[in-house]
Amino acid sequence: MKTRRQFIKISTAGVGAAALGLQALNMKGVNLLPDKFSGDPVSDEDLTPYPTYCEVCFWKCAGWTFVDKKGKIRKVVGNVKDPNSNGRLCPRGTGGIGMYYDEDRLKTPLIRETKQDGTQYFRKATWDEALDRVANKMKEVKEKYGPEAFGYFNHGNPGTHLEHLMRAYGSETNAEPAYAQCRGPRSAAYYATFGAYIGSPENTDIRDTRCLVLIGSHIGENMHNTQVQEMSMAIDQKATIITVDPRFSTPAAKSKYWLPIKPATDIALLMAWIHVLIYEDIYNKDFVRKYTFGFDQLKEHVKNMTPEWAYGITTIPPDMIRRTAREMAGHAPSVVIHPGRHVVWYGDDTQRERAMAILTALLGAWGKRGSLYLPESKHLPHFPQPKYPEPKWTWKDVNEGKYPLATMGITTEVIKASIPKYRYKHQVKAWFSAGTNLPLSMPDKRMFQEAIDSIEFFAVMDTMPMEVTGYADVILPEATYLERYDFLRSAQNRFPSIALRMPAVEPKYDSKPGWWIMKQIGERLGLHDYYNYNDYSEVIDWQLKQVGSSLDEMKKIGVKTFERETGPLYLGYNEDFTFNTNTGKVELYSTEFQSAGFDPMPVYTQHPEPPQSHYRLIYGRSPMHTFSRTQNNHYLWDLQKQNTVWVHPSVANMWSLKHGEKVWLKNQDGAITDFPVEVRVTERIRWDSVYMVHGFGHSDKKLTRAYGRGASDEKMITKYAMDPIMGGTGMRVNFVTFLKDNPRKENKEDKA
Amino acid sequence: MRYAMAIDTNKCVGCADCVVACQTENLVPHGYCRDWIVEKVDGTYPNLDMIFQSERCNHCDNAPCVRCCPTGSSHIAEGGIVLVTHDECIGCGACIESCPYDARYVHPDGYVDKCTFCIHRVDKGENPACVDVCPTYCLHFGDLDDPNSDVSKALKDRNWYVLAPEAGTDPQLYFLR
Repeated sequence: MKTRRQFIKISTAGVGAAALGLQALNMKGVNLLPDKFSGDPVSDEDLTPYPTYCEVCFWKCAGWTFVDKKGKIRKVVGNVKDPNSNGRLCPRGTGGIGMYYDEDRLKTPLIRETKQDGTQYFRKATWDEALDRVANKMKEVKEKYGPEAFGYFNHGNPGTHLEHLMRAYGSETNAEPAYAQCRGPRSAAYYATFGAYIGSPENTDIRDTRCLVLIGSHIGENMHNTQVQEMSMAIDQKATIITVDPRFSTPAAKSKYWLPIKPATDIALLMAWIHVLIYEDIYNKDFVRKYTFGFDQLKEHVKNMTPEWAYGITTIPPDMIRRTAREMAGHAPSVVIHPGRHVVWYGDDTQRERAMAILTALLGAWGKRGSLYLPESKHLPHFPQPKYPEPKWTWKDVNEGKYPLATMGITTEVIKASIPKYRYKHQVKAWFSAGTNLPLSMPDKRMFQEAIDSIEFFAVMDTMPMEVTGYADVILPEATYLERYDFLRSAQNRFPSIALRMPAVEPKYDSKPGWWIMKQIGERLGLHDYYNYNDYSEVIDWQLKQVGSSLDEMKKIGVKTFERETGPLYLGYNEDFTFNTNTGKVELYSTEFQSAGFDPMPVYTQHPEPPQSHYRLIYGRSPMHTFSRTQNNHYLWDLQKQNTVWVHPSVANMWSLKHGEKVWLKNQDGAITDFPVEVRVTERIRWDSVYMVHGFGHSDKKLTRAYGRGASDEKMITKYAMDPIMGGTGMRVNFVTFLKDNPRKENKEDKA
Repeated sequence: MRYAMAIDTNKCVGCADCVVACQTENLVPHGYCRDWIVEKVDGTYPNLDMIFQSERCNHCDNAPCVRCCPTGSSHIAEGGIVLVTHDECIGCGACIESCPYDARYVHPDGYVDKCTFCIHRVDKGENPACVDVCPTYCLHFGDLDDPNSDVSKALKDRNWYVLAPEAGTDPQLYFLR
């Protein structure tokens, strides 16, 4: 019989010894670093630079890893030739060396074992043992259920190596939270409108814009490097910034207009802006006439969506709605309606993104200087390999006809398909994950737990012990990005560029590069033809030679830029252009949505209000951390050790909450945070909402610094609103209240 | 020659990149820092103002930390940079008490440590690490006596303020409004 997969918190110690051991470890972690820095700063001339690009977030900024004469990594600095960083990394990139030095890293392969008394623990294993275990399980699943039943969750570079292995093995049953828990709605909406996706980095021409409009986007709190840099340039150029946010965010403080909107009402504001542009006759007529489809339907559709109508919904006064619409029109087409990035809020997110895309079109703010430019990236030929086998079913079939416009796997659906009680036609039996910490990036932890209890096997590759590694059967410790080769970065930007990541030092401990780990498994599965090289540097060198460079050259320069081949950055005046939509035009009225049975033009619907004594939970980013990935990084932990819950003074007064007081949060479904969180009493948040930075409240004790610091917003997100169009999980639909006393106090006394 | 820094509060987003860049450049031990961020919020919802200030040693012309140092290890180097000679410092902490900006700390190795304007870089004609890393380009460094230096150009035509002017220290960090 399969035993229930327990979450393993301590690797080898018994439960009784854990508490003491942890304290000692904690003190050590802070005071007695094995890699203690001391000595005087040295000149860059005395250091050796190795090219890399950053893996702390998805922006992939290129830089240099500086190593001193003793072979120690001293710092990472941006590469001035790189269009993603312009030579300046963000705090996370600068602190990236903390990932390498983290003494809590995964150090050896680990295999889950069960003692006679039923308790489970991780046993240190050799690479051969761990790799054999994974490969044998993959063979077994393939024989019993077919390779498609092996689902996988991927993100970033490690995820790409995993994806290659799984595609060669025969599975395309994958999902990455970066789609359905992040930017999926934006893809669906902009594709439906312009026939083109907003890629990454976003093709927003913030540097040269006259007007930047942010709908909940918090540039400067997100450190999407180029955009932060360009917002600063826009401030220098005295561009108008308009920020729509229930919270006084960092960019709100830099805005000419801050619209403190009632949460969940953005579509009403956007439609009212569209109304003003059309009925005050200030939309971009040249653009609309030449390039768009469905203007008359749109005009009729928004007829009654007046600023006065929107006032009652959004709490933004009509004159402010008119003034900001006119300001945008005055700067058109040099306006960036920023499409945002994490946009899964309320379940009608594709429609909100559609409204933003329509607004963009009415301003003619597409393909023009200061709006959305026409990006270009360098195509890198694939290293020769056979075609991937055709799976019998994929993530798409898991959806069983739902979410017709999804273009990537939907994490919640792959998880549900792993739970027999939902009776999915295609059942997922085993998991592999790389580069994503599912328990802290998914809504509905209970469903995750149910799936974990149902699957037969779970392999995880990561650099750090994380909540997700606690559930693994086999843990594969990956070397950090500073210690490994990876695929070449080809970034879309104003001009194409490629960047090299190479090891600056040998991998620490017994960790290995992701490409090596996946190749080893592949070879055990007989997939040699897909791994026709000894070292990944051969793949890189081959690819570079196809585009007129070489590994030797790239080792010296790190980043290579190319001339554009697709023509100018902007559309010419009145230039003919066919959009990749059904009508060949920018679709104000979406024929794609209409034929799929969705509203062809966005409609505002009211969302549930917080129950009595509850507040809407809004979450966001801090500039010092990425997802739930960086909280244990010593440099970044020094900058921000925990999150707080932001509470408006009037609410604090009602609850007698003091600034700095610790509270537990409880949501509408009775879920309670694992740890207490400090109250931040601030005017920067509306009275109907509270705000937390995402990614804190780690429950894995192996993260000696991050454990128990702050509270997890994800733990409060038991409810989510599915976007019927593309399967996004709207997560700002949860409401929390405050518990001033420890809700688990009684339990503790019981145990004592 | 007079080294100084101008910090554009209109552009700073308070990301603390300057803090980490300083730590890695200067091997500042974990738990300590030579520069830091202050967030200032004014007003009531929804009529609010907020700025971030990237702060560090003010390299004062009239530096109380130098005057009160019993060993002479705190001194003013060329270009007005206030430095501590680690070997001569006994860690008495008088300078820490005298500094109105709280810019100094006792290093675990026993001496007092603080911002050096990255003199090892400046001597080679480079900027301090914090200036070169800043993603908002809000830090400007250079020689006030040179009208073409970054700091002189940044101060031209802009309003600025200094911290704790009442202390009479003649500080050399200029915060642009």
